[in-house]
Amino acid sequence: MNILVLIKQVPDTEASIRINGNKVDESSIKWIISPNDEVALEEGIRIKEKNGGTVTVISVGPERVVVSLRTAFAMGADNAIHIKADEYEMLDSYAIASSVAKATENDKYDIIFTGRQAIDSDNGQVPLILGELKNCASIIWAKKVEATETEVKVNCEVEGGEAIYNASYPVIITAQVGLNEPRYPSLKGIMAAKKKPVETKNIADLGIKFNEGIEIIGYELPPQRPVGKIIESESTELKVKELIKSLHEELKVI
Amino acid sequence: MAKALIICELKNDKPVKASLEIASKAISLGYETTAIVMGNGNDIVQDLSQCGVSEIIVGKTQNYSGESYAHLISAVIKDNNFELILMPHTWQARDISGRISAILQTSVISDIVELEIKDNKLVAKKPIYAGKAYAKLASRGKYKIFTVRPNSFEIIEKKSQPQTREISVDTSKNKTRREELQSSRADKMGLTEANIIISGGRGVKGPEYFPVLQELADLLGAALGASRAAVDAGWIDHSHQVGQTGKTVSPTLYIAVGISGAIQHLAGMGSSRYIVAINKDKEAPIFKVATYGIVQDLFEIIPELKTQLKALKG
Repeated sequence: MNILVLIKQVPDTEASIRINGNKVDESSIKWIISPNDEVALEEGIRIKEKNGGTVTVISVGPERVVVSLRTAFAMGADNAIHIKADEYEMLDSYAIASSVAKATENDKYDIIFTGRQAIDSDNGQVPLILGELKNCASIIWAKKVEATETEVKVNCEVEGGEAIYNASYPVIITAQVGLNEPRYPSLKGIMAAKKKPVETKNIADLGIKFNEGIEIIGYELPPQRPVGKIIESESTELKVKELIKSLHEELKVI
Repeated sequence: MAKALIICELKNDKPVKASLEIASKAISLGYETTAIVMGNGNDIVQDLSQCGVSEIIVGKTQNYSGESYAHLISAVIKDNNFELILMPHTWQARDISGRISAILQTSVISDIVELEIKDNKLVAKKPIYAGKAYAKLASRGKYKIFTVRPNSFEIIEKKSQPQTREISVDTSKNKTRREELQSSRADKMGLTEANIIISGGRGVKGPEYFPVLQELADLLGAALGASRAAVDAGWIDHSHQVGQTGKTVSPTLYIAVGISGAIQHLAGMGSSRYIVAINKDKEAPIFKVATYGIVQDLFEIIPELKTQLKALKG
C-alpha cells in the first residue's frame, strides 16, 4: 500500500506572533510539523507497518521545510518530496494543493493523509482541493481509521456528532490530534534520516505561482480586550448572584 | 445589482443562525441575495424570508453528501454568475468549500470574521495562528467565496417574499458511503456554532466532573468545551478541545471553569464576545481576558451557579 502524507511546517504552538511592517515576523520562530499533520504521518506509518508498502511525505515551502521532512524520515517515512517555494504564502491553499497535485500526477497512492487543518492558516482547504483535483474520495476529521486491502472505514467527527465513512482507494483522509499518539523519532531513525535523499521540485517548474487567487492586504494583532471585573462579593451565593445578574440583565446573554 | 449566493445550512430541518447572519451580511453589502439549501424543512422559506433574501433554491434530499452538494452548488454558482458566495464556517463548510474551490478553480477564503467593501474590493479579515493574529485579504477570483465564522455578523430583520425553486440532488456517483452512528450526539450543540460555551480545564480534576458541566451547558443551551490539559489527561474526548490544536471559537459567551489560560487556549477563544473565568488561582492568565472573573474554588461556585440558573430558567 502506497501512502502519501502532506505535512506543513508551522510555528510552534507556544510561539507568540509578531507583526513587522506588513509581514509576520519569522525571525524568532521555532518551526514544527503542524500537529494534525504529525498525527496524519503517524497514522500513515502505522498502516504501512501493518499492511506493507511505502510512506512518502511531501511539503511545500522554502528551504527550512527540509528539516521537517527529515523529522518525517526519522519517524519512519521512506521518501520525501520538497516543493521548493521561496515566495511561499501559507494562506494560499489553492496554490499549495495545485502544486502537490502537479508534483505527484504520475504517482499512484492508495491513501493520502494530511491534517484536518494547519495551525498557521487554519484553512483546512488543501486536502479537499487535492481530492477533487485527483478525483478521489475525501474524508475529513478522522477519529479512527481501519484500512483493509480493498477499502477503508473511517469514523469521523461531524458537527456535534460522529459518522462512519466507507470508501475504496484512492482516498484522502484528514487526521486530527487525538487519532493517535505520534511516536518520537528513535536515535537510529535520526541518524538514518540524515542520509536519505529528499527529492526537490521547484514550484515554478510545476507552473504554480502564489497569490494569483488571493491578495494579502496586511496583518494585524488581535485588539486588546477591555479590562474585566473580578466579582468580590462576600459569599459564594452573592458572587454567583452578581454574575448571573450581569449576564442576564446587563449583557443579556443568558 | 450584483448577485450573492448564501449556502444555508440546516440543523433539525431549520436554518442555523449563522445562515441568517451571512444572508444579512450579503444584503447589507448591497447584493441581491439567493439562498441555496439542501434538505427538507417546512420552515426554510418562512425563516429565510425574515432576513430579506430574494430567491431560495431548495435541493430536496434526505442524505447529506459533501461531494454531491459541492458539485451541485458549483454548477449553480456558474450558471447564475454569483459574484459573492458565503457559507457558515461549520463542519459542512469544511467538507464542501475546498471541493468547490477545486471545481471552480478559484481560491476560497475561510473562517472570516469581517467583510467590507474597500476601494471596490471585498476585503475580509480572518484569524490566523488560531487567533494570535489576523490577516486581511481579498479574492482576485471571478467568484469571491468566503466561509464565515458563526456569530461574526448581526442578523438584520428584513421581510421579503422570496421566489422558490427546487432542484434535484444526485448522490448516485458518490465515492464514499456515509452511515450515521447511533451513539451520535448530533442533537447536541457543536462547538463552532455555539452561542455559549462552557469549558472545563485541569482544575476540574477528573472525568467525573464533565457530566456536571454538561448539565450546566444543557441549562444554557450551550456547548461543552475543554482545555488541552483536560483532553490530554483523557477526561474528555478531543472533539471538545478548544484551542490551537482543537477548535477555535467565537461564541457570545465563553465560561472557562478551572482553566488557567495557556497561550494556545487563549488564542482559540480570545475573540469570544464575553468571557467568564472561574479559577481559584488569581494569577491565572485567563483573568487577563475575562469580562467577569470569580477567584474561588470551582467546586463551590458551580453547584451554586447551577442552583441559581435553574431558578432563573424556571
